Amino acid sequence: MESALHLASEQARASGASRICSIRLRIGELSGVVPEALQFAFEALTPGTMAEGSTLSVEDVPARFWCRKCSSEFVAGTLFSECPVCQTPSAELRAGREMELASLEIE
Amino acid sequence: MCTECGCGLPGDRPPGISGGHTHDHSHPHNHDHEHEGGLSHSHPHTHPHSHGHAHDHPHDHDHPHDHQHDDPGRQESRRTIDVRTAILAKNDRIAERNRGFFQGRGLLAINVASSPGSGKTTFLRETIRTLSPAMKAGVIVGDLATDNDALKLREAGAPVVQVTTGTVCHLEAEMISKALAAMPLGDLRLIIIENVGNLVCPASYDLGENLRVVLLSVTEGEDKPLKYPPMFQSANVVIVSKIDLAGPCSFDRDKALANIRRMSPGAVIFETSAKTGHGMDKWCEFLESQARNITTA
Repeated sequence: MESALHLASEQARASGASRICSIRLRIGELSGVVPEALQFAFEALTPGTMAEGSTLSVEDVPARFWCRKCSSEFVAGTLFSECPVCQTPSAELRAGREMELASLEIE
Repeated sequence: MCTECGCGLPGDRPPGISGGHTHDHSHPHNHDHEHEGGLSHSHPHTHPHSHGHAHDHPHDHDHPHDHQHDDPGRQESRRTIDVRTAILAKNDRIAERNRGFFQGRGLLAINVASSPGSGKTTFLRETIRTLSPAMKAGVIVGDLATDNDALKLREAGAPVVQVTTGTVCHLEAEMISKALAAMPLGDLRLIIIENVGNLVCPASYDLGENLRVVLLSVTEGEDKPLKYPPMFQSANVVIVSKIDLAGPCSFDRDKALANIRRMSPGAVIFETSAKTGHGMDKWCEFLESQARNITTA
């Protein structure tokens, strides 16, 4: 979260902002990030910074795998990466590990 | 501070120094805003306006204009910017630099992660002892505190650089970059990075390694891979360690292997015991063949 806030302040300042009103993150299902922990860290870290009083929103990115056998992409319904059609486990993760600062609302 | 678990205190890490700027800048800005109070003013405005709707229509028309004047005024200051940047972009950049460094020197780098107490250090000490003399290894070891692991690894005769992470629960690419500067590289062929004992946060931090190795000891139970999907998902190698204890722990080998294969379909699996030496040869041969691929690349 510290890295996220650092990046946010950097970007906000580069856009000539003096305050961050809201922060939007994109977090992949397989990133290992716990949204509750993010919220907690956000509240602990923002006071005294340009993001003080801002809100945090998180967009979840589902884990998407590529099945070589079926040559198609699928969204894993469970923890496992098995193709819903042929049941082959896939080692090719196409999306779901994101930890991205999507956008900022600034003033 | 870690993105996942929030470990590490702000300002506790040297790389966070630029945060000092943030504070300097943001204080005056915050004051301005509090003075402005523009936000709280504008909200009351909205309410009277909507009430006014019922009353006089002409005014209604004017009011929206008022709004627009106000709003652009505020919107000028309040606007949304697209950033779309990976939060760990800085770490990833340094990791790429490390990767280039390893490649340039023909080094194989492995990042070894596991839960605390799964036997990483003993496993790595025995790995160093088992490798052929030509396959010289240097170790970077990360721990929150103490250099016990470093001392244990030095017993095997390898150069060891200790990284004490303080309150941070994982290694980051920059720590590796600094540790490499302190490493007598000489004729080393292999860099072993012993990550902090933790299966959560280290999964997110690329260190520039060629192979990510995850250890799972039989004492931890067969379902460990299911509990830590991101780490196992990203593993190139899974080591089932302490298999000499499989019997006493009633370790269900088939179930464990099935779980690993389902969670880490791309990973090579080795079953080892650092105590009896079982499986260590195979694992070390694998490392040597991987190192040969690096030099021929």
